[in-house]
Amino acid sequence: MSTTQTIDAINQDYQFGFTSAIESDAFPKGLSEDVVRAISAKKGEPDFMLDFRLKSYHQWLTMEPPTWADVDYPPIDFQDIIYYSAPKSVEKKQSLDEVDPELLATFAKLGIPLSEQKRLSNVAVDAVFDSVSIATTFKKDLAKHGVIFCSLTEALEEHPELVKKYIGTVVPATDNYFSALNSAVFTEGSFVYIPEGVTCPMDLSTYFRINTEGTGQFERTLIIADKGSKVSYLEGCTAPKFDSKQLHAAVVELIALDDAEIKYSTVQNWFAGDPKTGAGGIYNFVTKRGNCKGNRSRIFWTQVETGSAITWKYPSCILTGDDSVGEFYSVALTNHFQQADTGTKMIHLGKNTRSRIVSKGISAGVSKNSYRGSVVIKPNAENARNFTQCDSMLIGQTCHANTYPYIQVENPSANLEHEATTSRISEDQLFYFQSRGIPTEEAVATLVSGFCQDVFNELPGEFAAEAGKLLAIKLENSVG
Amino acid sequence: MTNQAPLLQITNLHAQVANGGQKILNGLNLTVNAGEIHAIMGPNGSGKSTLSKVLAGHPSIEVTAGEVLYKGQNLLELEPNERATAGVFLAFQYPIELPGVNNTTFLRMAYNGKQKANDLPELDEAGFAEFLKTKLPLVEMKDDYLHRCVNAGFSGGEKKRNEILQMAVLNPCLSILDETDSGLDIDALRIVANGVNQLMSADKAILLVTHYQRLLDYIEPTFVHVLANGQIVTSGDKSLALELEAKGYDWLLPHPQQAEVAV
Ligand SMILES: Nc1ncnc2c1ncn2[C@@H]1O[C@H](COP(=O)(O)OP(=O)(O)OP(=O)(O)O)[C@@H](O)[C@H]1O
Ligand SMILES: [Mg+2]
Repeated sequence: MSTTQTIDAINQDYQFGFTSAIESDAFPKGLSEDVVRAISAKKGEPDFMLDFRLKSYHQWLTMEPPTWADVDYPPIDFQDIIYYSAPKSVEKKQSLDEVDPELLATFAKLGIPLSEQKRLSNVAVDAVFDSVSIATTFKKDLAKHGVIFCSLTEALEEHPELVKKYIGTVVPATDNYFSALNSAVFTEGSFVYIPEGVTCPMDLSTYFRINTEGTGQFERTLIIADKGSKVSYLEGCTAPKFDSKQLHAAVVELIALDDAEIKYSTVQNWFAGDPKTGAGGIYNFVTKRGNCKGNRSRIFWTQVETGSAITWKYPSCILTGDDSVGEFYSVALTNHFQQADTGTKMIHLGKNTRSRIVSKGISAGVSKNSYRGSVVIKPNAENARNFTQCDSMLIGQTCHANTYPYIQVENPSANLEHEATTSRISEDQLFYFQSRGIPTEEAVATLVSGFCQDVFNELPGEFAAEAGKLLAIKLENSVG
Repeated sequence: MTNQAPLLQITNLHAQVANGGQKILNGLNLTVNAGEIHAIMGPNGSGKSTLSKVLAGHPSIEVTAGEVLYKGQNLLELEPNERATAGVFLAFQYPIELPGVNNTTFLRMAYNGKQKANDLPELDEAGFAEFLKTKLPLVEMKDDYLHRCVNAGFSGGEKKRNEILQMAVLNPCLSILDETDSGLDIDALRIVANGVNQLMSADKAILLVTHYQRLLDYIEPTFVHVLANGQIVTSGDKSLALELEAKGYDWLLPHPQQAEVAV
């Protein structure tokens, strides 16, 4: 039931061009119970996982795609997607050269060639190439500290009890249409377990890339920080340019036990579609949620969303433990025909729980950029506090920005603050830069970086500078 | 650069608000040589800031006729940023705020942009900090302002002082100071004027737009011009400014009201 394709052959219009032909082993297009079973069998999964998948699949069949988001797209044909595709030779590679040409080209354009590799040399990386994990580096170093960092497939082989205990506990299969789909057909993802009292000695990172045309990417990430532990995790993503839309429906679940801290950062640069026609690009329909399960636990989401044709994504925190903290820092940039409906949910269950939301939306071209955020204070959440700041920046006259804040307070001791601003880069500001010898493009990049500073400050290390440069590239020629 | 060519030569300049708006400059002529300071005075709304903007290349003003040569080169065909890197500097009457943009970062971008355009070495952060330290005393500016965002929350006078700091960093050949004195307190006026004098040299020139003699007490003009209805209607030496201080502009302007008042 598998077919072999040479990626080179279907990749002709990918401007960065592969030099090595990678054979892939893919299922034919389409989704059925057989496909779900076949994925599970291909991976030699334990029975509980197959049951989880089948339940999710049957649940999904009864569900409808969500329509409440402020995005427009034609109905997706789920029978026109390949649900499993793997490079044929799956021996682990230490170098990311082969899976990384677009990123390297981007860095070359930035004038910092090999910086990605330099960076990667001191972080542990799990690279997901189409559906299969290619390389998990630094595994041995991490093992010394008892940290488990591997692909979800390996975790199911080596630590099935941990996966079984936690998978689906934060994002149940039934949560939404796309999480149900992911739960049925996910093929790969990363697994992290930080043992009690351990501060992970290095940043962990996953790098996702969709490589085969027509492939859906359904990865699933599960991170568990045991009592008193601490971890910082970074996710990066790119995809080559294809004329057809590609679906990316991931699920990320974070669990922080007593006094644990998880910092999850994303720099998303999926292909956004053709800048002139809007053709192609990624539908990024992702469910990310963390449970601050333990008392005094903390979860921080930081995202820089620059790519995708459509982004539908709400990294959220359930503040279960008393005195737990959830924070969300987001930059969402849309240009050309991009659409983003993104934000967060902070659900306060425990006492003295605190949440903070800082969202920066930048819209240019004819794009549409919506912030959708929800703060819920449940009856037992004595003295819950939320601070929300939500800023929009408009570039040009043809883009749209919207803000949809929802608030539900069921405990009168709650204290909520909300601030919102909308600004536009003015001709006079750009002229001021120019009159000091600074060209417009650099001026826009500098103003945008300044606008995003509060969020960039939350990114680990040199990613702040790289995020700034990425935004600059995305905004090239956005001011006439 | 030849010694003969004036630093700035404006011939029969006509300009209007872009996209067919109001006519503001109506055949203005002005020649500025290296080593000269020209004071431009004139009533509100006569076109002084418009002239400044035309020279700096502001997109809101459209030149409809005439010529502007800077060092013998057509200034009007240069992009605003190219004019700046070629040594033209405008200190704005109303400096704009740049939220989120650090003042030092901005100054360094401007400095390095100019260096780069002129094939000169750029400065790294540490090198620029040292360089900047040597410029601060010129305007007696405290370094707190360097860590703030450009002009954000600055008082009117602080903004003006920050403009002259930018001038000190960029070391321009032709500086146009549009009412730099307005908003400055008595001490600040003296300090800023001293700074400007120190930045002036025989190979440079300054266009000084002002309403008041007190600035000219500190910065001595080579010539004083009166701009009215988009033209230079009178020119003279520094004594003209004193005369204007005493008599105002009315005697220079052919307005209809004057006849009525006289009746
Ligand atoms: N962008 C614009 N749109 C419409 N009118 C304008 C514009 N710019 C300038 N003007 C008009 O042109 C005239 C000249 O303005 P300008 O700012 O050059 O005067 P000024 O001599 O600098 O005056 P002041 O001494 O008050 O600073 C004024 O009547 C002003 O309203
Ligand atoms: Mg003026």
